[in-house]
Amino acid sequence: MIRLDNVSVAYDRHPAVHHVSGAFKAGELTAIVGPNGAGKSTLLRAIVGATKLEDGRVLLDGIERRDIAYLPQAAAIDRSFPISVGELVQLGHWRRVGAWAAISGRQRDEAAAALAAVGLDGFAGRPIGGLSIGQFQRVLFARLLLQDARVILLDEPFNAVDARTTADLIEVVLRWRAEQRTIVMVAHDHDLVARHCAETLLLARECIAWGPTAEVLTAQNQLRARAMAEAWTGAAPVCERDAA
Amino acid sequence: MTLSELLVAPFAEFAFMRRAMVAGIALAVGGGPLGVMLQLRRMSLVGDAMSHAVLPGAAIGFVIAGLSLPVMGAGGFVAGLIVAALSGLVSRFTALREDASFAAFYLISLALGVLIISLHGGGNVDIMHVLFGSVLAVDDTALLLVVGITSLTVVMLAVILRPLVLDCVDPDFLRTVSGQGGFYHQVFLLLVVANLVAAFLALGTLMAVGLMMLPAAAARFWARGLAGAAALASAIGIVASVAGLILSYHLDFASGPAIVLVAGVVYALSLTVGRYGSLRANLLPPRHRAA
Repeated sequence: MIRLDNVSVAYDRHPAVHHVSGAFKAGELTAIVGPNGAGKSTLLRAIVGATKLEDGRVLLDGIERRDIAYLPQAAAIDRSFPISVGELVQLGHWRRVGAWAAISGRQRDEAAAALAAVGLDGFAGRPIGGLSIGQFQRVLFARLLLQDARVILLDEPFNAVDARTTADLIEVVLRWRAEQRTIVMVAHDHDLVARHCAETLLLARECIAWGPTAEVLTAQNQLRARAMAEAWTGAAPVCERDAA
Repeated sequence: MTLSELLVAPFAEFAFMRRAMVAGIALAVGGGPLGVMLQLRRMSLVGDAMSHAVLPGAAIGFVIAGLSLPVMGAGGFVAGLIVAALSGLVSRFTALREDASFAAFYLISLALGVLIISLHGGGNVDIMHVLFGSVLAVDDTALLLVVGITSLTVVMLAVILRPLVLDCVDPDFLRTVSGQGGFYHQVFLLLVVANLVAAFLALGTLMAVGLMMLPAAAARFWARGLAGAAALASAIGIVASVAGLILSYHLDFASGPAIVLVAGVVYALSLTVGRYGSLRANLLPPRHRAA
């Protein structure tokens, strides 16, 4: 469904993602793990086209870019903007209503139901500025529910979120998986990954291992990943690896 | 002096006062929502930069056609669009951020404008109208231009409101669902430029941005929602326009500064006693609620 063919992304000529190839299994929940600075978020941004590829291709088989829902790390959202929780969630209907069409009564009801499904029944009228970090993450999950996308990319969705919220939102993710959606989730918590994600990509700029989670998350692979992520020199030579 | 002599007579007796009032009201209606959006996008000073950026275009228009408001307006519009487009391109394709690239281009544009004026209009009294405005000199053509631009602005804002709001709140989301985040921002900037041109026909380049930003800044202390703030900003702008004109008529003040100063007084009052986030609300907060 989503295949990476020799994908490289660089910031200021230093590779953040370096010659990564492989495929995300359709209908499966894949975790992307790796040390800080391993290029996990960058890889997601590359898949949705939010960052320029230095090299290689992202191949979408049988899906379009708009079939992909993407939840970046929450920091990018201006939460001081005067908009209500309900209005923000209703934007999940974008693919059906676009920039101009009115949002129907039924679509409003669906938005309310999505809010209820993430445990925020009755929050529709509140301004988004008044929510806690955990509540806000629930709101974004409600919007994802409405997006009804076949592929869902989640960038550290449980960062700075309490255990209860994490448990609730994991339920939502597992329901998506049961519905045969393809989910790619950047995560730090290896226990959570081992429990819920069948597939794992261990990234440290380069692909260290990609496959069944138990085979990927070995101590040896993680040591390799750490060593790889820490290797950084300002004056590294130009990469000569074959682009093909 | 009766109330009627004070408030009604200036407009009843003089057509130029009526035209000025209509121009002021139109500018307030268009400028209110634009100002609120600029403020929410943290671009309050970009409006100021843009109002200076239109100067060389207006000056070239003046050189070509003399004191013809439509020609100067068209020139200003083109100059403003060029600066907006160049700033957008620079912030998109280079490491410079939008505020810095705006600052760079508007300063270049302003310098060009002053140079053109000094070469061709030095000592010309008319050119002072370009800088300090001439709301009392607005003729029927200019008035149609002002009302047309501001009406179109309100319609266009309604059309692009959803993506524009989304571009403010969550630009990443807009980019993934629609694939064209920057487009709506450019349309918005185009509307800002068009309204600044309309405003400088009436108020002059120096005052043009006053009717856009001051009412918006004042409205922020009274309304929390987007719609409420936009409507209130327009209402404050209308009051400022009418009151400013009456003041300028009776006290013989320059009309542009009088209008902007009335808006400034409303702003000062709002930040002192307004309902949300004002000095009063911060220093003497009402007791907290039970839940």
